[in-house]
Amino acid sequence: MATPEPTQEPKPLLELAGLSMSFGGLVVIDNLDLVVNEREIVSVIGPNGAGKTTLFNLITGIYSPDSGEIRLDGESLVGLPPHKIARRGAARTFQTLRLFLNMTVIENVMASQYGQTKVGVARAILRTPAMRREEREIRARAEEKLSFFGERLMGYRWDQPAYSLSYANRRRLEIARAMATEPRILLLDEPAAGMNPTETHEITELIGKLRDDAGHTILVIEHDMHVVEGISDRVVALDHGVKIAEGSFEAVATNPRVVEAYLGASASVTK
Amino acid sequence: MSDDPHTPLPEPSDAADETRIGVDSWVAEAEGRQARKRGFFGPAARGWDASPDPVKLFLFIAFAATLPFWLSEGDLFVYGLFTLLYATLGLGLNVVVGFAGLLDLGYVAYFGIGAYGYALVSSPHYGIHWPSLASLPAVAVFTGLIGLGLGLTSRRLIGDYFAIVTLFFLQAFLVFTNTANPVIHGTGLTGGSSGIGNVDPLKFFGYALTTTKQQYYFFLIVLSLATAGLYFANRSRTGRAWRALREDPLAAEVMSIPVNRLKRLAILMGAALAGLCGAIFAAIQLAVTSSNFTLNVLIVMFAVVILGGMGSIAGPILGAIVINVSLQFLQPQNDHPDIKRWLFYGAIALFIALMKPWYRAVVVLVGTIAFGFAVHAIVSATTAASWTAGNAADAGSASMGKHIAGWVIIPVGHGNFDTIAYIVLVAAVCVVRSVSGWWRALALIPTLYMTAVVWESVLAPSPAVTAEILFGVLLIVIMTVRPQGLIGTARVEIV
Repeated sequence: MATPEPTQEPKPLLELAGLSMSFGGLVVIDNLDLVVNEREIVSVIGPNGAGKTTLFNLITGIYSPDSGEIRLDGESLVGLPPHKIARRGAARTFQTLRLFLNMTVIENVMASQYGQTKVGVARAILRTPAMRREEREIRARAEEKLSFFGERLMGYRWDQPAYSLSYANRRRLEIARAMATEPRILLLDEPAAGMNPTETHEITELIGKLRDDAGHTILVIEHDMHVVEGISDRVVALDHGVKIAEGSFEAVATNPRVVEAYLGASASVTK
Repeated sequence: MSDDPHTPLPEPSDAADETRIGVDSWVAEAEGRQARKRGFFGPAARGWDASPDPVKLFLFIAFAATLPFWLSEGDLFVYGLFTLLYATLGLGLNVVVGFAGLLDLGYVAYFGIGAYGYALVSSPHYGIHWPSLASLPAVAVFTGLIGLGLGLTSRRLIGDYFAIVTLFFLQAFLVFTNTANPVIHGTGLTGGSSGIGNVDPLKFFGYALTTTKQQYYFFLIVLSLATAGLYFANRSRTGRAWRALREDPLAAEVMSIPVNRLKRLAILMGAALAGLCGAIFAAIQLAVTSSNFTLNVLIVMFAVVILGGMGSIAGPILGAIVINVSLQFLQPQNDHPDIKRWLFYGAIALFIALMKPWYRAVVVLVGTIAFGFAVHAIVSATTAASWTAGNAADAGSASMGKHIAGWVIIPVGHGNFDTIAYIVLVAAVCVVRSVSGWWRALALIPTLYMTAVVWESVLAPSPAVTAEILFGVLLIVIMTVRPQGLIGTARVEIV
């Protein structure tokens, strides 16, 4: 995939500095530094339990870090409640899908626009012109986000409950729902998990489009190395909450510490 | 998949989408297939579903507006006015329970606060007589703020904790009004157990609403406005956010929805509507006592919302109609025991008629009748006359009583027969539940007969108990047939 144009000075969007988090005595994230530049796709890899999802939970405010700093576009996110962080421009998907299952497909994408819309309940009850105008805008924006996925989430599917979607379409809908918060940075937690090879290809292409066409900066957790290879400008490898490697896919994938983390010590010796 | 990362990825094939239609559309059509199965209620339900929502509301209002023309003043009060009261209260509770998913067990306290609030500013109790146009909004806002305050105390507003806090609040409210009764300006604030009397009726521009008919129409307007308002609220960004946070609070919060603030807003709106209902209730009753706001009312309100279908607007209204009409109809003072008897036997006949295949139904019906005569003959031939000496209570006509007593055993002077019959019936029902096929049909014959025996010898003579039991049975039946409520759609948790 394309690397950022060399003429453009990379501007840091998300900055993590000295981030640490532990549950009881278990250190999950240990003094982590990470920078994601504007319009960059960074992949986080690492074995199970490496702290990848915890990292996402820290950025989106579900957990607060024990120490360290999280900045989005220069402003600190530490201590803000999740809905305010979403409003500042960090949106995520979940590894275990968490759609609003009993709402329709389009309602899912409309609901997540709450943060950028204003009309309160009093004007909704009175159905003022401003309310109806905003409602039309919300709907139009939702349709626009869904149309990003081609035919997959179009037409008759809009008014179906989210639970009627196939697994792959639920993953797509989660991405659409996150896009509808108009994020500066999109955090995708294993977007290709549970997908067949064709769908995995599609999601790889889609993540590229999210950056190139929609202009999103993306931080992605992924286990499928084909996907990681296909999308990443940069790869960060975590093990036990510590950053063990960072760089291009080729450099990280062949790094002995990464191989060891995935396959155990003996594998790196025999290699 | 390509091994070389630099070859362009293949175009996604649209054929993959077509093959998936098998999965997606099958799931999507499942609801439609279920709808078709709905039997003879199907066409009516589909026609109702197909009409736009404002039309439904208009049809309901048009029908409700005719009630005063064909109901007596007394019937309009118990069937009409109280249904409107329950429906409006149910709408408010539905905002809290159905939209925001909060188990608010203190809801009836807001109803009570509204009633007391109105009584305090519209009675000789303190000699204050505000005009209704001022007192109704003031009471609604005041009650809403109380609800908001309660919401602020339980900051996380999570399930069980919130339920406990609010239940405690209701009990505290009852103790406060009934027992504490603090003295202010020389008078007890709440009037203790005798409450506050001589409350002013509603009065708008010098025109007092004193007859049931006037009050009924006023309440109908309030209900219509509340319905329309909540309908619009539900279809706004706020309504979507409520539903989202009910589905998954964490995901909602991460998707920029301020979960706690929206929960408090739901509590505030529900409480304000309950307070308004309380104020109107006080103005209709012309008195307020704490006995109007007990746990019983809370249980009925939850039954209204759950039975109607949580989260739907029409649900609480339909629930209120079903619950209030059946509750009032079953009251012992509404003296129509033979109607209750025909409902009872009609329900049994319907139950038999719905059995499949049809010949099994015939066997059960004929078998039950024959079984009854056989048992009756054997009992009267082998035992003392007192075992069959009873007559059917309140049978409408003497001959009807005789016919029934010729089939069912109604003993006289065998004190514990009632209890034993009851226990045998429960045991028989358990047996029926545990066998299937023709064995179940066979087991049904004595069971149905025992049901009739229990009805005639235990339930028909004591209408107060019967009312409670029938009401319970009604709720169980409806909730078994439609666990999602009459209007509600079945929620899918995890697929």
